[in-house]
Amino acid sequence: MTENTKKVSRHPTQSEGLIFEKSSPGKRAFDLPPLDVPVVDAAKALGEFRRSEGVEGFPEVSEIEVLRHFTRLSTWNYAIDLGMYPLGSCTMKYNPRVNEHVARLTGLATEHPYQPQELSQGCLKILQLLEKCLLEITGMDAVTLQPAAGAQGELTGILLIRAHHEKLRNPRKTVLIPDSAHGTNPATAIIAGYQVQNIKSSDEGQIDIAHLDEQVTGDVAALMLTNPSTLGIFEQRIAEIAKVLHAKGALLYMDGANMNALTGVTRPGDLGVDVMHLNLHKTFSTPHGGGGPGAGPVAIKKLLEPYLPVPVLVEKEGGRLALDYHRKESIGRVRAFGGNFGVLVRALAYILAYGPGVRQATEDAVLNANYIRKHLVGVFDLPYTRPSMHEVVFSDALQKKHGVNTVDIAKRLIDYGFHPYTTAFPLIVPGALMIEPTESESKEECDLFIDAMKSIAREAETDPELVKTAPHTTRVRRLDEVAAARKPVLRWKPGGK
Amino acid sequence: MRYLPKSPAERQEMLAAIGVKSVEELFSTIPEAYRLKKPLNLPGPLSEPEVIEYFRARAAENSVGYTSFLGAGVYNHLSSVITDTVLQRGEFLTSYTPYQAEISQGTLQAIFEFQTLMCQLTGQEVANASMYDGSTATTEAVLMAERLTGKRRVLVARSVHPEYREVLKTYAKNSGLKVEEIGYTAAGTVDAKELQSALRDDVCAVVAQSPNFFGAIESLPPLAEAAHASGALLVTAITEGVSLGVVRPPAEADIVAMEAQSFGLAPSYGGPFAGVIASKEKFVRQMPGRLAGQTVDMDGSRGFVLTLATREQHIRREKATSNICTNQALCALAATVHLTLLGKEGLREMAEQNLAKAQYALQELQTIPGVKRTFAGPFFNEFVVELPRSVKMVNAELLKEKIVGPFVLGSAYPELTKHALVCVTETTSRAEIERMVAAVRRALEQPL
Repeated sequence: MTENTKKVSRHPTQSEGLIFEKSSPGKRAFDLPPLDVPVVDAAKALGEFRRSEGVEGFPEVSEIEVLRHFTRLSTWNYAIDLGMYPLGSCTMKYNPRVNEHVARLTGLATEHPYQPQELSQGCLKILQLLEKCLLEITGMDAVTLQPAAGAQGELTGILLIRAHHEKLRNPRKTVLIPDSAHGTNPATAIIAGYQVQNIKSSDEGQIDIAHLDEQVTGDVAALMLTNPSTLGIFEQRIAEIAKVLHAKGALLYMDGANMNALTGVTRPGDLGVDVMHLNLHKTFSTPHGGGGPGAGPVAIKKLLEPYLPVPVLVEKEGGRLALDYHRKESIGRVRAFGGNFGVLVRALAYILAYGPGVRQATEDAVLNANYIRKHLVGVFDLPYTRPSMHEVVFSDALQKKHGVNTVDIAKRLIDYGFHPYTTAFPLIVPGALMIEPTESESKEECDLFIDAMKSIAREAETDPELVKTAPHTTRVRRLDEVAAARKPVLRWKPGGK
Repeated sequence: MRYLPKSPAERQEMLAAIGVKSVEELFSTIPEAYRLKKPLNLPGPLSEPEVIEYFRARAAENSVGYTSFLGAGVYNHLSSVITDTVLQRGEFLTSYTPYQAEISQGTLQAIFEFQTLMCQLTGQEVANASMYDGSTATTEAVLMAERLTGKRRVLVARSVHPEYREVLKTYAKNSGLKVEEIGYTAAGTVDAKELQSALRDDVCAVVAQSPNFFGAIESLPPLAEAAHASGALLVTAITEGVSLGVVRPPAEADIVAMEAQSFGLAPSYGGPFAGVIASKEKFVRQMPGRLAGQTVDMDGSRGFVLTLATREQHIRREKATSNICTNQALCALAATVHLTLLGKEGLREMAEQNLAKAQYALQELQTIPGVKRTFAGPFFNEFVVELPRSVKMVNAELLKEKIVGPFVLGSAYPELTKHALVCVTETTSRAEIERMVAAVRRALEQPL
């Protein structure tokens, strides 16, 4: 690899500036049709509220410049369309293009959330079918499609739990969260007005049930459990965990971020879970788009149904669908309008494409993770040895001896044409390498990844400096994050800097 | 299955390499009793043409062929095919959050440009990489004001979008925030007297929207002055961003919470959109959400990274400024491309066309006997009229002529049962406006 590690040659796309730097007064990229009503004098209509000069600093460029600018920027990104994206916990699977097509259809993309419900039956049928599919997949009793993302789904779920306890006249004080959890879990519990109590994972990366039994007091509202955990390990005694909680009136929240390991194989509802969220942008293939939009439906057991956020989809006589805004015990509204409909459309398109065959996707995801694990165990340290589901978590313990850490290995992986895995998470694994290949990778791609990882492990021994200064093939090299945070430059200003 | 890149033989080969006989063995940690014994009862599998056919059939059951006069937080605007062309680049569409800066410079620079555009539009100093939508951005702006002031009372104008207020209440309930509402005057804007008497030194934020839910433009300087005099911050919500092409920016606000849907994002039955939080530089460390910042690499080249992450949940966990993880990157990209295409002149022209069309529609509606404008004062592309009959009844008549009538204010404002919130944008032709006005006239002339 060493002879290939020079920076790639300069190409016109390598020196693209900011769009503001191309601006020149009088250029334009969009023409409006001529106005067909009398012109209104803005000064007269708006008086003191008028913005007389237009938006200062706004770019003035032509159409070709806009297209080229953003096309050039796009070439600086890695993407699933380019190759494997083994980010643990992120489930970067193929985003089927037909989903993009249907979400843009006239009659779907064009619909206004306040249009009469008799003119929205198509939208409502889509929502109803998605609800039914998600209930079948999760084994739960009811679902809200409203939350905008996983973290908002978590908040909605915890608010539902709170409403349940409040109905019993004691909202309780604490939410239990394992030390392996995503950061959104504790942040969410705080917004819902709870204290967070961390629980330590056992040496095997599982919940210690005897210890849990002691921790679940009358003050505990719920346990937020990710299953499979962020170690990629199935929480084997989850049904018993649910019983321990239920015996003391506490509820079990399942973070469904890792549902890609379970779909079609087992159902959280059958395991005693009371409430869970799903990340449609993970398990159900809606594109991450560089960080959103997502959608975070929340599925629940019957006992939480009265508290669902408004509006709730209901079926009236004759099969007519409607949105019910008047529900006395509802936790309220968690966002304006009905939800990220465009994302929900894509998720349903994904489910319909697979049908019951979605189990094969789960099997392939678990197969890929175990295949990679088998080939890399020993090359990298495996701190938790219980069987892996959809992802495997190694540590950098072996490479640390040569001064190479997980971030270095991740950055070096870029030179081999892969996106890095998730680094330094979960927090209970010092120097974690969290690898989730998903079902979208062929055997060949997995083999290439394995070869790359083995090669980097060798480099860590023979030429650690090469790894520590990676990446070497990218347009920019490691960026100074400390300087960025110390003196933040968060916008362009005329005259540069 | 067409999405899965493995042959049966390859699966067997991989199982053999792992050292198991069947894929079932890989699931052995799931207790037998809980493993599904039969396939899920799901519709499908559908081929690609069948998937398209299913959604086409649903689309045909919606409002295709209707003209709409609905706004109320979601607006129809023109957009260029260029925007969607860029959005469908796989390198933007199928990339992850740009944590690995070296191979995410495209997304990071686009976010940096988005933040710049949002600052220029709002007259603020910093803007984040986007929130879920305008409603959650407004709520997060209030929570930010709470952190900045340490105070717990919120005064929110009733002229703020009703659903934005509902979201605020949902979040506030368990954060110890006390939300109180301030009424509106005969002009449809914040009642300054009522605000003044409610303001005490325990208020963290005054929340006003402009143009407000009635379409009326609020005078922000006196609201800011009143808020500041009692140690509170002014949070300004904006649901219709296009207004900023011709209306003074809310520079006096301490925090601006804006919905970016108007910038090239389809109504899409309510989402996905993108919220924006813009504010003063001195408040940046209490901002929620992601921020892209400029820096240099090891060779001194300009580059961009996500920065000030110590505010965020993945670092700070329970001490984070918000539980938000994702932003709406692709929606923010759409807004960035769209606004770049419009440019300074295009946005101004679009805004002026909205102004002209709405004025024309109001003028035409006022020629109908009994139709009165409810609130005087400047407005952008929405206004309220009072009809001599129930709006619902009139709307039912309009529907027969394939017109989706204006928003019925009565459900959110019981005192405005005969009032309609009419929205007209640059996408509505003069002929459609006239057809709507004629239909309203006919509806009102019908015997009861």
